[in-house]
Amino acid sequence: MRNFARSMLVALAVMWSWSALADGQSPMAPAPAHPELRPVLEAFGGVPGLEALMDDFMAGLLADPRTRPFFENADQDRVKRQLVEQFCVILGGDCTYTGRNMRESHEGHVITAAHFNALVEVLQDSMNRRGIPFRAQNRLLAKLAPMHRDIVNEPPRR
Amino acid sequence: MKQKSKGHNRRALALAALTAMSLSPIAALASTGGKLLLTGGVSQIEGAAGGGLTPWAVIGGYGTEGQFGAQAFYTRVSTDDYRLGVTGLALGISDRVELSVARQRFDTRDVGAALGLGRGFLLEQNVYGAKLRLVGDAVLDQDTWLPQVALGVQHKRHRQGDIVRAVGARNANGTDVYLSATKLFLDSSFLLNGTLRHTRANQVGILGFGGDRRASASLQLEGSAAFLLRRDLAVGAEYRFKPNNLGIAREDDWWDAFIAWAPSKHVSLTLAYADIGNVVIRDDQRGWYLSVQFGF
Ligand code: HEM
Repeated sequence: MRNFARSMLVALAVMWSWSALADGQSPMAPAPAHPELRPVLEAFGGVPGLEALMDDFMAGLLADPRTRPFFENADQDRVKRQLVEQFCVILGGDCTYTGRNMRESHEGHVITAAHFNALVEVLQDSMNRRGIPFRAQNRLLAKLAPMHRDIVNEPPRR
Repeated sequence: MKQKSKGHNRRALALAALTAMSLSPIAALASTGGKLLLTGGVSQIEGAAGGGLTPWAVIGGYGTEGQFGAQAFYTRVSTDDYRLGVTGLALGISDRVELSVARQRFDTRDVGAALGLGRGFLLEQNVYGAKLRLVGDAVLDQDTWLPQVALGVQHKRHRQGDIVRAVGARNANGTDVYLSATKLFLDSSFLLNGTLRHTRANQVGILGFGGDRRASASLQLEGSAAFLLRRDLAVGAEYRFKPNNLGIAREDDWWDAFIAWAPSKHVSLTLAYADIGNVVIRDDQRGWYLSVQFGF
Protein backbone atom coordinates (compact mmCIF):
# COMPACT_ATOMS: atom_id res chain seq x y z
CA MET A 1 0.00 0.00 0.00
CA ARG A 2 2.81 2.39 0.85
CA ASN A 3 4.43 1.77 -2.53
CA PHE A 4 1.09 2.35 -4.12
CA ALA A 5 0.74 5.70 -2.38
CA ARG A 6 4.17 6.67 -3.58
CA SER A 7 3.31 5.88 -7.19
CA MET A 8 0.04 7.82 -6.88
CA LEU A 9 2.00 10.85 -5.70
CA VAL A 10 4.48 10.52 -8.55
CA ALA A 11 1.58 10.26 -10.99
CA LEU A 12 0.05 13.40 -9.53
CA ALA A 13 3.32 15.29 -9.87
CA VAL A 14 3.62 14.19 -13.50
CA MET A 15 0.08 15.31 -14.25
CA TRP A 16 0.74 18.61 -12.59
CA SER A 17 3.79 19.42 -14.66
CA TRP A 18 1.97 18.25 -17.75
CA SER A 19 -0.89 20.65 -17.16
CA ALA A 20 1.59 23.43 -16.50
CA LEU A 21 3.11 22.68 -19.91
CA ALA A 22 -0.28 22.63 -21.59
CA ASP A 23 -1.08 26.15 -20.41
CA GLY A 24 -0.31 29.11 -22.59
CA GLN A 25 0.10 27.08 -25.77
CA SER A 26 -0.60 28.65 -29.12
CA PRO A 27 -4.17 28.13 -30.41
CA MET A 28 -4.99 24.57 -31.42
CA ALA A 29 -6.06 23.72 -34.95
CA PRO A 30 -9.64 24.93 -35.41
CA ALA A 31 -10.58 21.92 -37.49
CA PRO A 32 -8.35 18.89 -36.81
CA ALA A 33 -9.27 16.16 -39.31
CA HIS A 34 -10.26 12.78 -37.91
CA PRO A 35 -10.64 10.35 -40.82
CA GLU A 36 -11.66 7.64 -38.36
CA LEU A 37 -14.81 9.67 -37.62
CA ARG A 38 -16.14 9.30 -41.16
CA PRO A 39 -18.92 6.94 -39.93
CA VAL A 40 -19.97 9.66 -37.50
CA LEU A 41 -20.30 12.07 -40.44
CA GLU A 42 -22.63 9.51 -42.04
CA ALA A 43 -24.66 9.42 -38.81
CA PHE A 44 -24.99 13.20 -39.10
CA GLY A 45 -26.33 12.80 -42.65
CA GLY A 46 -23.20 14.03 -44.41
CA VAL A 47 -22.82 17.67 -45.43
CA PRO A 48 -26.56 18.15 -46.13
CA GLY A 49 -27.23 16.80 -42.62
CA LEU A 50 -24.73 19.28 -41.16
CA GLU A 51 -26.36 22.14 -43.07
CA ALA A 52 -29.78 21.22 -41.71
CA LEU A 53 -28.26 20.84 -38.24
CA MET A 54 -26.76 24.33 -38.34
CA ASP A 55 -30.09 25.90 -39.35
CA ASP A 56 -31.69 24.34 -36.30
CA PHE A 57 -28.65 25.08 -34.09
CA MET A 58 -28.56 28.78 -35.01
CA ALA A 59 -32.30 29.05 -34.40
CA GLY A 60 -31.70 27.44 -30.99
CA LEU A 61 -28.81 29.80 -30.19
CA LEU A 62 -31.04 32.78 -30.98
CA ALA A 63 -33.92 31.39 -28.92
CA ASP A 64 -31.86 30.70 -25.80
CA PRO A 65 -31.42 33.80 -23.60
CA ARG A 66 -27.98 32.56 -22.57
CA THR A 67 -26.59 32.55 -26.11
CA ARG A 68 -28.81 35.01 -28.00
CA PRO A 69 -26.73 38.11 -27.05
CA PHE A 70 -23.70 36.59 -28.76
CA PHE A 71 -25.32 35.69 -32.03
CA GLU A 72 -28.09 38.22 -32.68
CA ASN A 73 -25.64 40.70 -34.21
CA ALA A 74 -23.29 38.15 -35.73
CA ASP A 75 -23.15 37.25 -39.41
CA GLN A 76 -25.27 34.19 -38.79
CA ASP A 77 -25.00 32.75 -42.29
CA ARG A 78 -21.24 32.96 -42.13
CA VAL A 79 -21.08 31.29 -38.74
CA LYS A 80 -23.33 28.47 -39.98
CA ARG A 81 -21.22 28.02 -43.10
CA GLN A 82 -17.98 27.95 -41.09
CA LEU A 83 -19.46 25.48 -38.64
CA VAL A 84 -20.51 23.13 -41.45
CA GLU A 85 -16.98 23.25 -42.85
CA GLN A 86 -15.42 22.82 -39.43
CA PHE A 87 -17.57 19.86 -38.36
CA CYS A 88 -17.20 18.28 -41.80
CA VAL A 89 -13.39 18.41 -41.61
CA ILE A 90 -13.34 17.14 -38.02
CA LEU A 91 -15.59 14.23 -38.98
CA GLY A 92 -13.24 13.20 -41.79
CA GLY A 93 -15.27 14.70 -44.64
CA ASP A 94 -13.93 16.08 -47.91
CA CYS A 95 -14.20 19.72 -46.93
CA THR A 96 -11.81 22.56 -46.24
CA TYR A 97 -12.17 24.88 -43.29
CA THR A 98 -11.78 28.45 -44.51
CA GLY A 99 -12.59 30.26 -41.26
CA ARG A 100 -10.47 31.80 -38.55
CA ASN A 101 -9.00 29.87 -35.66
CA MET A 102 -11.04 29.55 -32.47
CA ARG A 103 -9.12 32.11 -30.48
CA GLU A 104 -9.47 34.81 -33.16
CA SER A 105 -13.12 33.94 -33.76
CA HIS A 106 -14.08 34.44 -30.13
CA GLU A 107 -11.72 37.01 -28.65
CA GLY A 108 -14.18 39.80 -29.42
CA HIS A 109 -16.64 38.32 -26.92
CA VAL A 110 -16.52 37.70 -23.19
CA ILE A 111 -17.15 33.95 -22.96
CA THR A 112 -17.30 31.97 -19.68
CA ALA A 113 -17.32 28.22 -19.09
CA ALA A 114 -21.07 28.55 -18.45
CA HIS A 115 -21.56 30.16 -21.88
CA PHE A 116 -19.53 27.37 -23.43
CA ASN A 117 -21.66 24.68 -21.80
CA ALA A 118 -24.84 26.55 -22.72
CA LEU A 119 -23.81 26.42 -26.37
CA VAL A 120 -23.07 22.71 -26.02
CA GLU A 121 -26.55 22.14 -24.56
CA VAL A 122 -28.20 24.01 -27.43
CA LEU A 123 -26.17 21.90 -29.86
CA GLN A 124 -27.19 18.70 -28.03
CA ASP A 125 -30.85 19.72 -28.29
CA SER A 126 -30.44 20.29 -32.03
CA MET A 127 -28.65 16.99 -32.51
CA ASN A 128 -31.45 15.25 -30.60
CA ARG A 129 -34.07 16.91 -32.78
CA ARG A 130 -32.13 15.71 -35.85
CA GLY A 131 -32.22 12.18 -34.45
CA ILE A 132 -28.44 11.83 -34.25
CA PRO A 133 -27.53 8.94 -31.96
CA PHE A 134 -26.18 9.95 -28.55
CA ARG A 135 -22.90 8.11 -29.01
CA ALA A 136 -22.25 9.76 -32.37
CA GLN A 137 -22.99 13.13 -30.75
CA ASN A 138 -20.43 12.42 -28.04
CA ARG A 139 -17.75 11.47 -30.55
CA LEU A 140 -18.09 14.90 -32.14
CA LEU A 141 -18.34 16.70 -28.80
CA ALA A 142 -15.15 14.96 -27.65
CA LYS A 143 -13.30 16.78 -30.45
CA LEU A 144 -14.97 20.13 -29.79
CA ALA A 145 -14.63 20.14 -26.00
CA PRO A 146 -10.85 20.85 -25.84
CA MET A 147 -11.47 24.04 -27.86
CA HIS A 148 -12.71 25.55 -24.61
CA ARG A 149 -9.08 26.54 -24.00
CA ASP A 150 -9.19 28.89 -27.01
CA ILE A 151 -12.82 29.98 -26.66
CA VAL A 152 -13.45 30.53 -22.95
CA ASN A 153 -11.71 33.79 -22.09
CA GLU A 154 -13.43 34.89 -18.88
CA PRO A 155 -11.74 34.77 -16.42
CA PRO A 156 -8.77 35.48 -18.73
CA ARG A 157 -6.53 32.52 -19.44
CA ARG A 158 -2.85 32.69 -18.63
CA MET B 1 -39.84 2.02 15.96
CA LYS B 2 -40.87 1.30 12.38
CA GLN B 3 -43.39 4.13 12.50
CA LYS B 4 -40.82 6.43 13.96
CA SER B 5 -38.18 5.83 11.31
CA LYS B 6 -40.72 6.25 8.54
CA GLY B 7 -41.65 9.63 9.95
CA HIS B 8 -37.99 10.45 10.13
CA ASN B 9 -37.45 9.59 6.48
CA ARG B 10 -40.25 11.85 5.41
CA ARG B 11 -38.83 14.63 7.55
CA ALA B 12 -35.36 14.12 6.12
CA LEU B 13 -36.71 14.30 2.58
CA ALA B 14 -38.70 17.45 3.36
CA LEU B 15 -35.60 18.94 4.97
CA ALA B 16 -33.49 18.23 1.90
CA ALA B 17 -36.11 19.77 -0.37
CA LEU B 18 -36.50 22.79 1.90
CA THR B 19 -32.77 23.40 2.11
CA ALA B 20 -32.50 23.27 -1.67
CA MET B 21 -35.40 25.69 -1.99
CA SER B 22 -34.10 28.09 0.62
CA LEU B 23 -30.82 28.22 -1.28
CA SER B 24 -32.45 28.94 -4.59
CA PRO B 25 -32.56 32.73 -3.99
CA ILE B 26 -28.77 32.49 -4.30
CA ALA B 27 -29.40 30.76 -7.59
CA ALA B 28 -31.64 33.60 -8.67
CA LEU B 29 -29.12 36.26 -7.66
CA ALA B 30 -25.96 35.02 -9.25
CA SER B 31 -25.89 33.14 -12.50
CA THR B 32 -25.74 29.43 -11.79
CA GLY B 33 -26.30 26.12 -13.42
CA GLY B 34 -23.46 26.43 -15.93
CA LYS B 35 -22.37 22.80 -15.81
CA LEU B 36 -23.67 20.13 -18.17
CA LEU B 37 -26.29 17.73 -16.88
CA LEU B 38 -25.00 15.07 -14.46
CA THR B 39 -21.39 16.28 -14.75
CA GLY B 40 -21.41 17.22 -11.05
CA GLY B 41 -22.07 13.59 -10.17
CA VAL B 42 -24.57 12.73 -7.45
CA SER B 43 -24.20 12.77 -3.65
CA GLN B 44 -22.21 9.94 -2.13
CA ILE B 45 -23.08 8.51 1.30
CA GLU B 46 -20.71 10.84 3.15
CA GLY B 47 -22.09 13.94 1.47
CA ALA B 48 -19.44 14.65 -1.18
CA ALA B 49 -20.23 14.85 -4.87
CA GLY B 50 -19.41 11.55 -6.48
CA GLY B 51 -20.96 8.25 -7.21
CA GLY B 52 -23.12 6.65 -4.55
CA LEU B 53 -20.37 5.11 -2.42
CA THR B 54 -17.26 7.03 -3.38
CA PRO B 55 -16.31 10.68 -3.82
CA TRP B 56 -15.29 11.90 -7.26
CA ALA B 57 -12.99 14.76 -8.19
CA VAL B 58 -15.95 16.79 -9.44
CA ILE B 59 -17.30 19.71 -7.42
CA GLY B 60 -20.91 19.37 -6.26
CA GLY B 61 -23.71 21.43 -7.75
CA TYR B 62 -24.01 22.95 -11.19
CA GLY B 63 -21.82 26.01 -10.71
CA THR B 64 -18.96 26.69 -13.11
CA GLU B 65 -16.06 29.07 -12.52
CA GLY B 66 -17.47 32.22 -10.90
CA GLN B 67 -20.73 30.52 -9.94
CA PHE B 68 -22.19 28.78 -6.91
CA GLY B 69 -23.86 25.41 -6.92
CA ALA B 70 -25.49 23.32 -4.24
CA GLN B 71 -27.08 19.96 -3.71
CA ALA B 72 -29.18 18.58 -0.86
CA PHE B 73 -29.91 14.89 -0.69
CA TYR B 74 -31.51 12.05 1.14
CA THR B 75 -30.14 8.54 0.68
CA ARG B 76 -31.44 5.34 2.10
CA VAL B 77 -29.80 1.94 1.96
CA SER B 78 -32.00 -0.91 3.17
CA THR B 79 -30.33 -4.27 3.57
CA ASP B 80 -31.79 -7.44 5.05
CA ASP B 81 -31.03 -6.48 8.64
CA TYR B 82 -30.10 -2.80 8.64
CA ARG B 83 -31.11 0.56 7.31
CA LEU B 84 -28.82 3.49 6.64
CA GLY B 85 -30.34 6.93 6.14
CA VAL B 86 -28.22 9.90 5.15
CA THR B 87 -29.25 13.54 4.84
CA GLY B 88 -26.78 16.07 3.57
CA LEU B 89 -25.88 19.20 1.75
CA ALA B 90 -22.96 20.22 -0.44
CA LEU B 91 -22.01 23.66 -1.63
CA GLY B 92 -19.82 24.16 -4.68
CA ILE B 93 -17.85 27.38 -5.01
CA SER B 94 -16.58 28.43 -8.42
CA ASP B 95 -16.13 24.80 -9.46
CA ARG B 96 -13.05 24.81 -7.26
CA VAL B 97 -14.08 24.15 -3.65
CA GLU B 98 -16.78 21.96 -2.22
CA LEU B 99 -18.04 22.11 1.37
CA SER B 100 -20.42 19.48 2.65
CA VAL B 101 -22.21 18.22 5.74
CA ALA B 102 -24.03 14.95 6.18
CA ARG B 103 -25.79 13.12 8.96
CA GLN B 104 -25.72 9.34 8.78
CA ARG B 105 -28.22 7.33 10.78
CA PHE B 106 -27.66 3.62 10.96
CA ASP B 107 -30.73 1.77 12.18
CA THR B 108 -29.67 -1.48 13.86
CA ARG B 109 -33.28 -2.80 13.83
CA ASP B 110 -33.42 -6.30 15.38
CA VAL B 111 -29.65 -6.49 15.74
CA GLY B 112 -29.90 -3.64 18.23
CA ALA B 113 -32.10 -5.82 20.39
CA ALA B 114 -29.80 -8.82 20.00
CA LEU B 115 -26.85 -6.70 21.16
CA GLY B 116 -28.81 -5.38 24.12
CA LEU B 117 -28.94 -1.81 22.76
CA GLY B 118 -32.62 -1.91 22.08
CA ARG B 119 -34.51 -2.66 18.93
CA GLY B 120 -33.98 0.00 16.29
CA PHE B 121 -31.06 1.54 18.15
CA LEU B 122 -29.56 4.29 15.98
CA LEU B 123 -25.85 4.79 15.45
CA GLU B 124 -25.32 8.29 14.12
CA GLN B 125 -22.45 10.35 12.90
CA ASN B 126 -21.95 13.75 11.33
CA VAL B 127 -19.55 14.16 8.43
CA TYR B 128 -18.02 17.55 7.62
CA GLY B 129 -16.35 17.53 4.23
CA ALA B 130 -14.19 19.79 2.11
CA LYS B 131 -12.79 19.14 -1.34
CA LEU B 132 -10.41 21.14 -3.49
CA ARG B 133 -10.08 20.63 -7.23
CA LEU B 134 -6.35 20.60 -7.96
CA VAL B 135 -6.03 20.16 -11.72
CA GLY B 136 -7.85 19.16 -14.83
CA ASP B 137 -11.34 19.24 -16.21
CA ALA B 138 -12.95 15.79 -16.27
CA VAL B 139 -15.41 16.80 -18.97
CA LEU B 140 -13.81 19.32 -21.31
CA ASP B 141 -10.16 18.23 -21.47
CA GLN B 142 -10.94 15.48 -23.96
CA ASP B 143 -7.59 15.67 -25.75
CA THR B 144 -5.46 14.48 -22.85
CA TRP B 145 -5.38 11.60 -20.41
CA LEU B 146 -5.12 14.10 -17.61
CA PRO B 147 -8.04 13.49 -15.28
CA GLN B 148 -9.63 15.99 -12.98
CA VAL B 149 -7.89 15.57 -9.64
CA ALA B 150 -9.19 16.69 -6.26
CA LEU B 151 -8.05 16.43 -2.68
CA GLY B 152 -10.67 16.02 0.01
CA VAL B 153 -11.17 15.58 3.74
CA GLN B 154 -14.09 14.15 5.65
CA HIS B 155 -14.12 14.84 9.35
CA LYS B 156 -16.45 12.43 11.11
CA ARG B 157 -17.91 12.81 14.57
CA HIS B 158 -19.82 9.94 16.04
CA ARG B 159 -22.78 10.72 18.28
CA GLN B 160 -22.68 7.49 20.30
CA GLY B 161 -19.01 7.46 21.19
CA ASP B 162 -19.44 5.26 24.28
CA ILE B 163 -21.19 2.58 22.30
CA VAL B 164 -18.65 2.38 19.47
CA ARG B 165 -15.79 2.35 21.96
CA ALA B 166 -17.52 -0.50 23.78
CA VAL B 167 -17.53 -2.41 20.47
CA GLY B 168 -13.77 -1.96 20.30
CA ALA B 169 -13.24 1.24 18.35
CA ARG B 170 -10.29 3.34 19.51
CA ASN B 171 -11.99 6.67 18.84
CA ALA B 172 -15.36 8.22 18.27
CA ASN B 173 -14.02 10.76 15.77
CA GLY B 174 -11.82 10.49 12.74
CA THR B 175 -10.70 12.30 9.64
CA ASP B 176 -10.44 10.69 6.22
CA VAL B 177 -8.23 12.29 3.59
CA TYR B 178 -8.70 11.30 -0.04
CA LEU B 179 -7.35 11.95 -3.48
CA SER B 180 -9.76 11.45 -6.37
CA ALA B 181 -9.15 11.33 -10.10
CA THR B 182 -12.13 11.46 -12.45
CA LYS B 183 -12.12 11.27 -16.22
CA LEU B 184 -14.93 11.29 -18.75
CA PHE B 185 -14.00 9.51 -21.96
CA LEU B 186 -16.59 11.28 -24.04
CA ASP B 187 -15.84 9.55 -27.33
CA SER B 188 -16.81 6.27 -25.68
CA SER B 189 -19.45 7.80 -23.37
CA PHE B 190 -17.61 6.31 -20.41
CA LEU B 191 -16.54 7.71 -17.06
CA LEU B 192 -13.90 6.38 -14.68
CA ASN B 193 -13.07 7.43 -11.16
CA GLY B 194 -10.43 6.30 -8.75
CA THR B 195 -10.19 7.45 -5.16
CA LEU B 196 -7.44 6.72 -2.69
CA ARG B 197 -8.55 7.21 0.90
CA HIS B 198 -6.47 7.44 4.05
CA THR B 199 -8.82 6.32 6.81
CA ARG B 200 -9.26 4.73 10.22
CA ALA B 201 -13.02 4.46 9.90
CA ASN B 202 -14.81 1.21 10.75
CA GLN B 203 -17.80 0.77 8.44
CA VAL B 204 -17.36 4.33 7.17
CA GLY B 205 -17.21 5.46 10.83
CA ILE B 206 -20.57 4.10 11.92
CA LEU B 207 -18.59 1.73 14.15
CA GLY B 208 -16.06 4.35 15.16
CA PHE B 209 -12.38 4.67 14.25
CA GLY B 210 -9.48 2.26 14.67
CA GLY B 211 -9.64 -1.05 16.46
CA ASP B 212 -7.79 -3.97 17.97
CA ARG B 213 -6.69 -5.43 14.64
CA ARG B 214 -5.42 -2.06 13.43
CA ALA B 215 -5.43 1.16 15.37
CA SER B 216 -3.85 3.33 12.70
CA ALA B 217 -5.03 4.61 9.36
CA SER B 218 -4.65 2.65 6.16
CA LEU B 219 -4.92 3.45 2.45
CA GLN B 220 -8.03 2.17 0.72
CA LEU B 221 -8.87 2.28 -2.97
CA GLU B 222 -12.30 3.09 -4.32
CA GLY B 223 -13.39 2.94 -7.92
CA SER B 224 -16.36 3.81 -10.07
CA ALA B 225 -17.18 3.24 -13.71
CA ALA B 226 -20.20 4.71 -15.43
CA PHE B 227 -21.62 4.50 -18.89
CA LEU B 228 -23.71 7.36 -20.25
CA LEU B 229 -26.87 6.16 -21.95
CA ARG B 230 -28.36 9.58 -22.51
CA ARG B 231 -27.60 13.07 -21.36
CA ASP B 232 -29.83 12.50 -18.34
CA LEU B 233 -29.13 8.84 -17.68
CA ALA B 234 -26.06 6.91 -16.50
CA VAL B 235 -25.51 3.35 -15.33
CA GLY B 236 -22.47 2.07 -13.55
CA ALA B 237 -20.84 0.21 -10.73
CA GLU B 238 -18.65 1.05 -7.80
CA TYR B 239 -16.29 -0.79 -5.53
CA ARG B 240 -15.00 0.48 -2.22
CA PHE B 241 -12.24 -1.35 -0.38
CA LYS B 242 -12.59 -1.04 3.37
CA PRO B 243 -10.25 -1.46 6.26
CA ASN B 244 -10.99 -4.28 8.68
CA ASN B 245 -9.87 -2.86 11.99
CA LEU B 246 -12.22 -4.52 14.45
CA GLY B 247 -11.60 -8.07 15.63
CA ILE B 248 -15.14 -8.73 16.76
CA ALA B 249 -16.92 -7.34 13.72
CA ARG B 250 -15.45 -8.30 10.35
CA GLU B 251 -15.80 -5.57 7.75
CA ASP B 252 -16.17 -6.33 4.04
CA ASP B 253 -15.64 -4.24 0.92
CA TRP B 254 -18.71 -2.57 -0.49
CA TRP B 255 -19.93 -2.51 -4.06
CA ASP B 256 -22.98 -1.41 -5.93
CA ALA B 257 -24.48 -1.24 -9.41
CA PHE B 258 -26.46 1.93 -10.07
CA ILE B 259 -28.64 3.86 -12.43
CA ALA B 260 -28.81 7.64 -12.08
CA TRP B 261 -31.38 9.83 -13.75
CA ALA B 262 -31.44 13.62 -13.81
CA PRO B 263 -34.73 14.86 -15.29
CA SER B 264 -33.43 18.41 -14.76
CA LYS B 265 -30.54 20.26 -13.13
CA HIS B 266 -32.68 20.54 -10.01
CA VAL B 267 -33.45 16.89 -9.33
CA SER B 268 -31.71 13.56 -9.64
CA LEU B 269 -32.66 10.08 -8.59
CA THR B 270 -30.22 7.23 -8.07
CA LEU B 271 -31.23 3.64 -7.63
CA ALA B 272 -28.63 1.01 -6.86
CA TYR B 273 -28.28 -2.53 -5.73
CA ALA B 274 -25.69 -2.54 -2.99
CA ASP B 275 -23.72 -5.27 -1.26
CA ILE B 276 -22.15 -4.22 2.02
CA GLY B 277 -21.17 -7.71 3.15
CA ASN B 278 -20.79 -8.50 6.81
CA VAL B 279 -21.86 -5.89 9.36
CA VAL B 280 -21.30 -6.88 13.00
CA ILE B 281 -23.26 -10.11 13.51
CA ARG B 282 -25.08 -10.24 10.18
CA ASP B 283 -23.42 -11.43 6.99
CA ASP B 284 -24.28 -10.92 3.31
CA GLN B 285 -26.05 -7.61 3.72
CA ARG B 286 -27.51 -6.63 0.39
CA GLY B 287 -30.32 -4.43 -0.68
CA TRP B 288 -31.56 -1.34 -2.44
CA TYR B 289 -29.96 2.03 -2.36
CA LEU B 290 -32.19 4.93 -3.23
CA SER B 291 -31.11 8.55 -3.34
CA VAL B 292 -32.96 11.75 -4.13
CA GLN B 293 -31.08 14.94 -4.74
CA PHE B 294 -32.25 18.52 -5.17
CA GLY B 295 -30.06 21.39 -6.17
CA PHE B 296 -28.79 23.81 -8.77
C1 HEM C 1 -16.77 24.17 -29.22
C2 HEM C 1 -17.45 25.27 -29.25
C3 HEM C 1 -17.43 26.28 -30.40
C4 HEM C 1 -17.08 26.09 -31.70
C5 HEM C 1 -16.60 24.81 -32.35
C6 HEM C 1 -17.25 27.36 -32.37
C7 HEM C 1 -16.99 27.59 -33.70
C8 HEM C 1 -17.11 28.80 -34.33
C9 HEM C 1 -16.80 29.06 -35.71
C10 HEM C 1 -16.28 28.03 -36.70
C11 HEM C 1 -17.02 30.36 -35.95
C12 HEM C 1 -16.80 31.11 -37.27
C13 HEM C 1 -15.37 31.53 -37.40
C14 HEM C 1 -15.17 32.51 -38.52
O1 HEM C 1 -16.01 33.44 -38.66
O2 HEM C 1 -14.18 32.37 -39.25
C15 HEM C 1 -17.52 30.94 -34.72
C16 HEM C 1 -17.89 32.25 -34.57
C17 HEM C 1 -18.54 32.72 -33.47
N1 HEM C 1 -18.73 32.06 -32.28
FE1 HEM C 1 -18.19 30.21 -31.87
N2 HEM C 1 -17.68 28.28 -31.46
C18 HEM C 1 -17.82 27.65 -30.26
C19 HEM C 1 -18.22 28.21 -29.07
C20 HEM C 1 -18.76 29.45 -28.95
C21 HEM C 1 -19.32 29.99 -27.75
C22 HEM C 1 -19.36 29.27 -26.40
C23 HEM C 1 -19.78 31.24 -28.06
C24 HEM C 1 -20.48 32.21 -27.15
C25 HEM C 1 -21.38 31.85 -26.31
C26 HEM C 1 -19.51 31.48 -29.45
C27 HEM C 1 -19.80 32.64 -30.14
C28 HEM C 1 -19.43 32.90 -31.44
C29 HEM C 1 -19.72 34.14 -32.12
C30 HEM C 1 -20.48 35.32 -31.53
C31 HEM C 1 -19.15 34.02 -33.40
C32 HEM C 1 -19.14 35.09 -34.49
C33 HEM C 1 -17.95 35.96 -34.23
C34 HEM C 1 -17.83 37.09 -35.20
O3 HEM C 1 -18.15 36.91 -36.38
O4 HEM C 1 -17.38 38.15 -34.76
N3 HEM C 1 -18.88 30.39 -29.97
N4 HEM C 1 -17.54 29.96 -33.75
